[in-house]
Amino acid sequence: MLKTFKIGGVHPPENKLTSGNPIEILPLPKTVFIPVAQHIGAPAVPLVKKGDAVKAGQLIAKSSSFVSTNIHSSVSGTVKRVDFQADSSGYPKQGIYVDVQGDEWLEEIDQSKDLVKTFDFDSETIVKKIQEAGIVGLGGATFPTHVKLIPPKGMKAEVLLINGVECEPYLTSDHRLMLEKPDEILIGIQLLMKAMNVEKAVIGIENNKPDAIKLLSEKAKEYKGISVTALKVKYPQGGEKQLIKAVTGKEVPPGGLPIATGAVVNNVGTAFAVYEAIQKNKPLFERVVTITGKNVAKPSNFLVRIGTPTSELLEAAGGMPENTGKIISGGPMMGRALASIDVPVTKGTSGVLLMQKEEAKRDTVLACIRCSRCVSVCPMGLEPYLLMTLSEKQIFDRCESNHIMDCIECGSCSYTCPSDRPLLDYIRFGKGKVGQIIRSRNK
Amino acid sequence: MSNLFTVSPSPHVHSAETTSKIMYRVVYAMIPALLWSVFVFGLDALRVTLIAIVACLAFEYVIQKYLMKIKPMITDGSALITGILLAFNVPANLPWWIIIIGALAAVGIGKLSFGGLGSNIFNPALVGRVFLLISFPVQMTSWPVLSEGEVDGLTTATPLGIIKEGLTSGTPVSQIAQDLPSSTDMLLGQMSGSLGEISALLLILGGVYMLIKKVITWHIPVSVIVTVAAIAALFWLIDPERYVNPIYHILTGGLMLGAIYMATDMVTSPMTPKGQLIFGAGIGIITISIRMFGAYPEGISFAILIMNAFTPLINNYVKPKRFGGN
Ligand code: SF4
Ligand code: SF4
Repeated sequence: MLKTFKIGGVHPPENKLTSGNPIEILPLPKTVFIPVAQHIGAPAVPLVKKGDAVKAGQLIAKSSSFVSTNIHSSVSGTVKRVDFQADSSGYPKQGIYVDVQGDEWLEEIDQSKDLVKTFDFDSETIVKKIQEAGIVGLGGATFPTHVKLIPPKGMKAEVLLINGVECEPYLTSDHRLMLEKPDEILIGIQLLMKAMNVEKAVIGIENNKPDAIKLLSEKAKEYKGISVTALKVKYPQGGEKQLIKAVTGKEVPPGGLPIATGAVVNNVGTAFAVYEAIQKNKPLFERVVTITGKNVAKPSNFLVRIGTPTSELLEAAGGMPENTGKIISGGPMMGRALASIDVPVTKGTSGVLLMQKEEAKRDTVLACIRCSRCVSVCPMGLEPYLLMTLSEKQIFDRCESNHIMDCIECGSCSYTCPSDRPLLDYIRFGKGKVGQIIRSRNK
Repeated sequence: MSNLFTVSPSPHVHSAETTSKIMYRVVYAMIPALLWSVFVFGLDALRVTLIAIVACLAFEYVIQKYLMKIKPMITDGSALITGILLAFNVPANLPWWIIIIGALAAVGIGKLSFGGLGSNIFNPALVGRVFLLISFPVQMTSWPVLSEGEVDGLTTATPLGIIKEGLTSGTPVSQIAQDLPSSTDMLLGQMSGSLGEISALLLILGGVYMLIKKVITWHIPVSVIVTVAAIAALFWLIDPERYVNPIYHILTGGLMLGAIYMATDMVTSPMTPKGQLIFGAGIGIITISIRMFGAYPEGISFAILIMNAFTPLINNYVKPKRFGGN
């Protein structure tokens, strides 16, 4: 029996169109727009002004607090201006426009392809380097990685879990990375283990990627303490709590941090970024992005500089297909619909998905037939039909007592509802309100 | 090329499951039992079923359109199910006008007076049936004599009816049993009874189809049947001359029909597996109590309706297991 998490979960069609397409380097765009807030936490503070010359890898915006992170230029060229533009959230965000000239990287970055296996750093140095390199969770959560590595007082990490699940349909960027950069990922994992002072790391990979499971299991033999666990395919296994449950059998208590189970989760992409940051002195300024969709001419996996407009990816994938109705940053279950193709690729962009007009349309909402499907698929053990009604009627105290704040917004409920009820839309609204109520109560 | 894209919150995909697909699967599941009823009771069975279906759809349409002033939803399959289930719950020789009254009670009182599909507390078909049972007790308990496709105006009693009558008059079980059908006949459906309740085998077959198609889960049918069987067996072991073999309780009196098709009505049954087990056990206990100690030989209809009333309460107290909680 393959391991998986116990309650809830769905199995949307996988549609991994690009799992066989090697990562290609996307040509440099003419201009990039690099937002200063690409992560959870405080936005970084710009260090450059109009007219400054920058190189790829140069720090251009500085972390402003502990939960924040550095931003580096992804290209060489001239700062055009520091201004606001809508990012994937749809809201205008501050960022830095750089006109691309040539491709000059900072001298200290090792641009060779050689694998650098050994390292001799202590835990603090590794955490510090990760912080300086601006690394955040690359699975899409974009939580600053250095914060995760320092456990709160009284807690101790016992095991590092590496998320190679990629449970969102369509996306293949992690899959390709595992196939093409296995050693780099494993060295990155060793660095993370050292940073956290743990002896054990487990890579969780869903069974729909047998090639990655095989390759990493083979390679992991050379690295002490690292093993691979094959998981049964089930969405949302990439959710931190679900992954911990699937691999270790432990459940993060409600409202608690994952570290309460002794586990810290990082994404395979993050492990790769850690390798590059420490072994190659390369800050995080590019990432793998899947561009895909049923009607995309050349669905691909690209290595993309941060700040590249989505339109460039589209062009490289054969242009915008006729009849495109929706553009999603991320996967179809949790991704965000973009209002414009000017939105830049950021550290959290794992993919861009183009949907046909028909696919993008939502069906008519019908009455709840109390079929309990939403209840049985909820991975958090909630009652979505009830939370929707309570949110709709604005009965927020009962939303709270029915644990609305536990919702991880995985979308399994809305996905499943045969009456096409927009459960998560209402639950998000209720969650927002209950969040406000809780914060004002704690003041 | 227009640059207007849909911007809506996630999730952006939806499963292929729809409410009407689920409803029609229930309809398909009932077809074998329906065909069997035509085989046993002849065209009368078809007549009753068609009248019930047409009446339910018509009442749904008229009430929704002219009284509730909403878009009629007769194609969603739910009124169709109510029609078939209503027919399944009445004798095959029931006069047409009684069927129409039953349909009005089922759709009008049982469903639409609560606000329509999803808002009703009681199973609509059962509301119709019980309404008729109380209003027309004679017609509702006159069962056609089986004669392979011919119904000749004679009426007979159902197995549970025979048992009830025998036991009330103090006849020992061993003697009553001579008038009862064999286990095989009961399993296959060679006995008198309501139109759709007679063939346990075909009802189970449809139930298995619904299980495979994930229309229902096992919890309610199994808990109803196991509870009835366990209690019946207990009494039978204590005094086999005063209590009949549990096999009669399981294979007759609409237990399969109720347990598999009516208690499982998702609108009126609890949300969690645990709640469903409690619900099913409650139906089992009430059914067997009515049969053994009550005035009616059957009882599952009342049992389901009573437990329907408890469903909101069960939903309030029996919650799914919270992730990370105990
Ligand atoms: S979105 Fe929230 S309520 Fe819906 S299934 Fe996921 S965790 Fe449960
Ligand atoms: S899945 Fe939809 S129809 Fe079924 S109980 Fe939940 S909200 Fe109601």
